[in-house]
Amino acid sequence: MSYIKPKFRHPRLPTNKLGFTVADYDGAISTLCAGCGHDSISAAIRNACFQSAIPPHRIAKVSGIGCSSKMPTYFLGKSHGFNSVHGRMPSVATGASLANRDLTYIGVSGDGDTASIGMGQFIHLIRRNVNMTYIVANNGCYGLTKGQDSATADLGSVAKGGAVNPFDGIDLAALALLQGASFVARSFSGDKGQLEPLIRAAMAHKGFAFIDVVSPCVTFNNHVGSTKSYAETREHLDAMPLDFVPMREEITTQYAEGTTQAVTLHDGSAIHLKKADATYKANDRRAAMDVVQQAHADGRILTGLLYLDPDSQDLNQNLNLATRPLNELGKDELCPGSKVLKSINEGLR
Amino acid sequence: MKPTDIQDPEYFHKVVDCQFACPAHTPVPEYIRLIAQERYTDAYMINWESNVFPGVLGRTCDRPCEPACRRGRVEEEPVAICRLKRVAADFKDDVKGLLPGAGPKNGKKVALIGGGPASLTVARDLAPLGYELHLYDEHAKAGGFMRSQIPAFRLPDEVLDEEVGYVLDMGVHTHFNKYVDSLQSILDQDYDAIFVGCGAPRGRDLPNLPGRKEADKNIHIGIDWLSSVAFEHTKSIGKRVIVLGGGNTAMDCCRTSRRLGGEDVKVIVRSPFEDMKASPWEKEDAIHEGIPILDNHVPKEFVVKDGKLVGMKFEKVEAQYDAEGKRSLVPTGEDLVYVECDDVLIAIGQENAFPWIEKSTGVRFTSWGTPIINDDETFQSTNKRVFFGGDSAFGPANIITAVAHGHKAAVSIDMYCNGQNPEVNRPAPHVTLVSQKMGIHEWSYDSIPVIDKREAVPLVALEEALKSKTLEVELGFDVETAFVQAERCLNCDAQTVFTDSACIECDACTDICPTSCISFVENAEEPELRQSLLVPAENAEQDLYVSGELATGKVMVKDEDVCLHCGLCAERCPTAAWDMQKFYYTMAKAAPVLVEAAE
Repeated sequence: MSYIKPKFRHPRLPTNKLGFTVADYDGAISTLCAGCGHDSISAAIRNACFQSAIPPHRIAKVSGIGCSSKMPTYFLGKSHGFNSVHGRMPSVATGASLANRDLTYIGVSGDGDTASIGMGQFIHLIRRNVNMTYIVANNGCYGLTKGQDSATADLGSVAKGGAVNPFDGIDLAALALLQGASFVARSFSGDKGQLEPLIRAAMAHKGFAFIDVVSPCVTFNNHVGSTKSYAETREHLDAMPLDFVPMREEITTQYAEGTTQAVTLHDGSAIHLKKADATYKANDRRAAMDVVQQAHADGRILTGLLYLDPDSQDLNQNLNLATRPLNELGKDELCPGSKVLKSINEGLR
Repeated sequence: MKPTDIQDPEYFHKVVDCQFACPAHTPVPEYIRLIAQERYTDAYMINWESNVFPGVLGRTCDRPCEPACRRGRVEEEPVAICRLKRVAADFKDDVKGLLPGAGPKNGKKVALIGGGPASLTVARDLAPLGYELHLYDEHAKAGGFMRSQIPAFRLPDEVLDEEVGYVLDMGVHTHFNKYVDSLQSILDQDYDAIFVGCGAPRGRDLPNLPGRKEADKNIHIGIDWLSSVAFEHTKSIGKRVIVLGGGNTAMDCCRTSRRLGGEDVKVIVRSPFEDMKASPWEKEDAIHEGIPILDNHVPKEFVVKDGKLVGMKFEKVEAQYDAEGKRSLVPTGEDLVYVECDDVLIAIGQENAFPWIEKSTGVRFTSWGTPIINDDETFQSTNKRVFFGGDSAFGPANIITAVAHGHKAAVSIDMYCNGQNPEVNRPAPHVTLVSQKMGIHEWSYDSIPVIDKREAVPLVALEEALKSKTLEVELGFDVETAFVQAERCLNCDAQTVFTDSACIECDACTDICPTSCISFVENAEEPELRQSLLVPAENAEQDLYVSGELATGKVMVKDEDVCLHCGLCAERCPTAAWDMQKFYYTMAKAAPVLVEAAE
């Protein structure tokens, strides 16, 4: 198996605003199974960071344990990263975000890491609205331990060994909506046209941005009977295409009137939802929950931006933390001396 | 676009840029891999079957393959293909036992006029079929311009003798020192077919330049002079020499002059340096030997004093290009430049001359003086019994082109002698396509490209080189360097074969491809499709490989331009929709296939 990627790149690779090519956002060569949906998500994250021209050293990747959590090695080789304990990435991400609020945080997790062992942490991450992008590579099975059903496996899905799943799966997007997440989306690893702008929007969003990505496990969950195979996902896919337009950038794509809806983010960038009808409201949480439930009942895999609160207050704002990152504050600022202490004490007398 | 037809051997053939550019379509990557495996004899045999003169060409080829090499599009320099060919020749074992001999007599007789690479190739291809071959040459040895015009310090006699010998030893009847002065006299004999491979024997002159006649004793036509040096009729030249012309013959003339007593040798050429016809490396070799090249100088006069040549006058010009890029040389208006000299060599081109072909033969000529030939496949002239090839067919070219002509003409002659029309139902090329998969993620070739740079071939010390007319200047690569240089080959013959029915559109191939060659997009007409890829396919000379429609309605489009043939697409493919398959192609020849693709 090749363990190195050739050094040569296309001589005419486009560059972004920083002068970087997409190759500058590459990581090590993947050791996941050939054809794994996770590799496609890695590529989508790489492409999104390239397109949004985020300096690689201003990004931190955090993950837990599992096939999904190996992914950060395979993209953004020049960024910061922390591979934490199983299901405990939310704690690390929370701490990191508090210590340095200026970095862009990308959390990568899986259905096991989030919906089983990490469920307790995940819920609180949502509740606290930590400013990060949280991607779940959701394949409905434990690929690293030979494909047992995971907590997101759909009711009735047939495992590779033939066993039919008797339990209803946890719908992580519905859960995030219910718990008050400020940005909720669903996508499919095989649809980069949608996934890339979603990741860009999630990174631009101030607050917790959750993307549940159906990511087929080619080795253990890509057979007939599986509800999360490439073929089955495509068969039931109901994708809402979208574009992401960063702040201060002109919209160059022409849309026919009445077929698109723009959602403006806090920083002025915009998401253009193509094919969205007039009744669709991205910022209506109850409507979003309805839509998700309806799609589930219809057996459709509804993908796209499900909900967005453009005015959300993230953890740093809610805690009234210093606007400068805590890790940049020096001794004099953190320990301003007896004179200041005296004046505070005076104020409390 | 319509799905690419990979059943057409020419599609994958074109992907192997070096082989496609080679007039004789030598399977370059195949022999380069064999060199890396130290299988020099096998590498030599692959060459020998395709180009007949690997040792000669490994030193002197015009290398159309190298500018075409894909490596030159992903880094600075192409693979050193030509000099690797020499490595195969230098380190091979005795190959005599591997060469075909004359076949059982088939009762047909063919005359070959001229003993150069074209005629020798025809002989090589027809001898195993049992033809009785009669080769005529005006000189005492065969080789044609490989012997008469390429100086021995670039091509040692032993190398040429060996490879010419391999052909002649196949039972060819030689008629040396026999200048054929009448084609009719040959036609009158009982030959079933006649092949004319006599080259383009007439060097251009400057007959109307003032002083030309008076200074005749010290003015020489380049190719005649080189030939006279090669056959040791000429052994010296004046101290100050002007070589007129900017082609490879001019380069050979000036470097030979340096070895025959020329101390102040200059090349003076009309065109700008960049436009000179000589190969860049031949210009470099001349400059390395202390020979200045004066460009933009148009010869105006031979200056004669007391009945002897003393110098030449030149007009300075500059090149101007019109809107269509057509060049004109416009005088700068400066005074004429006077350059002193003792001898002048004129190497300003060659032309075809057939004073020995009578009208009665039915062989007719174009207004350019070249024979009228059906096309560049059959090489049959207006007299169906007479075939042409090499420089005598279309004017001066090079050895590898002459060899390619020879192969095609031999096919035509064989068809003609068997009562077939050589214009139709010509044999197809020999093609095999075999998977190179050795394990789940393992290929039979070194798939990941190395980053080593190209190295120049070491030379003997300049002082030593200039002392001898026969000491070979280039030393050739040693085996260690040859290995590194061979490993630079990207194995473009390991084709990326795509089976659209197996594709599940997981994007693994497009994500992993280091050079972003693979895109999954909506189909469109070619110009639009080229723009819609991950990196727009701007090199229009390189094809797009387009699949049939996939499940999502998209198509797979691969831009062949900078594919590294690293096999990662196939390694990352979960369904083996991609496979790396070795494409082995050899052009159709009259003789049976000698060498198959290596195991």
